[in-house]
Amino acid sequence: MELLDIIKPENQVFCKTKLMTDTALSYCPGCGHGTAHNLAMEVIDEMGISEDTIGVAPVGCSVLAYDFMNIDITQAAHGRAPAVATAITRIWPEKYVFTYQGDGDLAAIGTAETIHACNRGENIVIIFVNNGIYGMTGGQMAPTTLEGMKSSTSPYGREIETMGSPLKMTELIANLPGVQYATRQAVHTHKHARKAKKALKKAFENTRNKKGLSFVEIVSNCNSGWKMTPLESNIWMEENMFPYFPLGDIKVNGKLK
Amino acid sequence: MSELKLMKGNEALAEAAIRAGADAYFGYPITPQSEVIEYLMTERPENRTGMVVLQAESEVAAINMVYGAASTGKKVLTSSSSPGISLKLEGISYLAGAELPAVIVNVVRGGPGLGTIQPSQADYFQSVKGGGHGDYKLYVLAPASVQEMADFVEDAFDIAFKYRAPVLILSDGIIGQMMEKVYLKPQKERLTDAELIEKHGDWAVTGRKGRERNVITSLDLQSEKMEARVHRLMKKYEQMEKEDLRYEKIDCDDAEYLIVAYGSSARISQKAVELARKEGLKVGLLRPITLFPFPKKQLLELTDQVKGILSVELSAGQMVEDVRLSVEHKVPVEHFGRTGGIIHTPEEILEALEQKIIKNGTIRHHKTRESSIL
Repeated sequence: MELLDIIKPENQVFCKTKLMTDTALSYCPGCGHGTAHNLAMEVIDEMGISEDTIGVAPVGCSVLAYDFMNIDITQAAHGRAPAVATAITRIWPEKYVFTYQGDGDLAAIGTAETIHACNRGENIVIIFVNNGIYGMTGGQMAPTTLEGMKSSTSPYGREIETMGSPLKMTELIANLPGVQYATRQAVHTHKHARKAKKALKKAFENTRNKKGLSFVEIVSNCNSGWKMTPLESNIWMEENMFPYFPLGDIKVNGKLK
Repeated sequence: MSELKLMKGNEALAEAAIRAGADAYFGYPITPQSEVIEYLMTERPENRTGMVVLQAESEVAAINMVYGAASTGKKVLTSSSSPGISLKLEGISYLAGAELPAVIVNVVRGGPGLGTIQPSQADYFQSVKGGGHGDYKLYVLAPASVQEMADFVEDAFDIAFKYRAPVLILSDGIIGQMMEKVYLKPQKERLTDAELIEKHGDWAVTGRKGRERNVITSLDLQSEKMEARVHRLMKKYEQMEKEDLRYEKIDCDDAEYLIVAYGSSARISQKAVELARKEGLKVGLLRPITLFPFPKKQLLELTDQVKGILSVELSAGQMVEDVRLSVEHKVPVEHFGRTGGIIHTPEEILEALEQKIIKNGTIRHHKTRESSIL
């Protein structure tokens, strides 16, 4: 059988996520954002809620998420996405509202908005992509940068004494009564991506059932910011990020694990 | 049917917001405007009209909630006082950049810094010269009575939606706190979700049912696109100047001297005009009701007739710059105003007019308090 005999529409087993636009992704090759976008859009598509979904894009690498996701999106100021989403869900309670934020956005400048939206138990989904660095501005230290990890603003490595410890946001917000679901996932392998998709589905189902806030952290890589090849960055992530940010559910159905 | 009530300015504004059919209010307490959110929380508008009221964790969160609600085409407002407005300015700049309709109320207190909780008009520059970052302006309405605190809410929403732009109601601690009689308009129906989608579906994010997706953003990484956005904003401001300038002239027909004042200072200046007239001085008052757009042409025209202008505001001298720019140095323009929460009296204003503008040599000895910054 020739290759061209196989490449036919009826033999297609995998295709572009329907809810992703044709705009080329602005992410660096090897970055996990594209997969995280795809998974979120697959879940929204499969649940049949794309016309009732309103996304909130952050500031950071994923500021242009609205160019790639074929849904209604409003782009928020740095860190303020949970406040923006709060208002939308309050006045459009039947809609599916989610934010998509990075660690600088959610865990530094937007800490107050994150904690208070979680504490009020807003009926929204927060997708939190944690790659331990400020990617867009060129690799500065983030609140989630690991101890000893080098960045352009911690060129000799993060020093706990003067720079504080990497912030575990998901554990922190999981303690708030308003949070229904808090989980930490990854998307660098098919196995991890499938699990992350399940988590995202659970999160959007919580919105459907008016259960309150769902928080899905995705530990991801930043090969450019970490100055590594994509493969190296994924190995480094497994060896260094996962021990500090362990994967798995932290709170399910309102109960801490 | 309108209803007559005795109310505080802040309360009248809150009640008027419900009656104007506002969909949501997001705010954070700060003196001297906390009555707005207190009134709304007590009144439970969610039961009256379905209006959402939420106390945010900060002014920053509140203005971004406004941004979120405005993104969906809903009628939304927030209120604060000076330090809180400084915090909101990032969000206000985003609202202007993303071309979203919203109403922001500033019940001004003295500054800079934590300043004082007493009334002031020292946020003029912040209000009309941008305040936040980037090339934008706010349409600024300055109420001078409790009645206008109520009436301007609906006017502000009309302008906000006409231009898809944020509108500021620039009040102050006097107007916000004082009680006057006020005629409240009858309840206006809120738009249903279906009506809203019909009206604003071409831009608002409401879920992309039956249409292409909508995106709200203030970001344009392509320079040409960003410049086009700035030009689009500037066109709106030009149109505001042509179509929506508001001002009031009091005793200007035969005036030889002019006082320019807005908000509470205009009320006090009106009394100063009365005192002046009793003394045979032909003094008029021009009250800008909108601070942007500013009655530049009207001021310039008055220079054919008046010999000098006193700009009066509760500040160290801010609006006076716009008055000077407007009159193109044709007549002398001076500033008078008290700061720190001290409210000038009509007598002080008249004395300042005589000393700084009329300069007829008659030094009067009114009973003024300690000397002001003249």
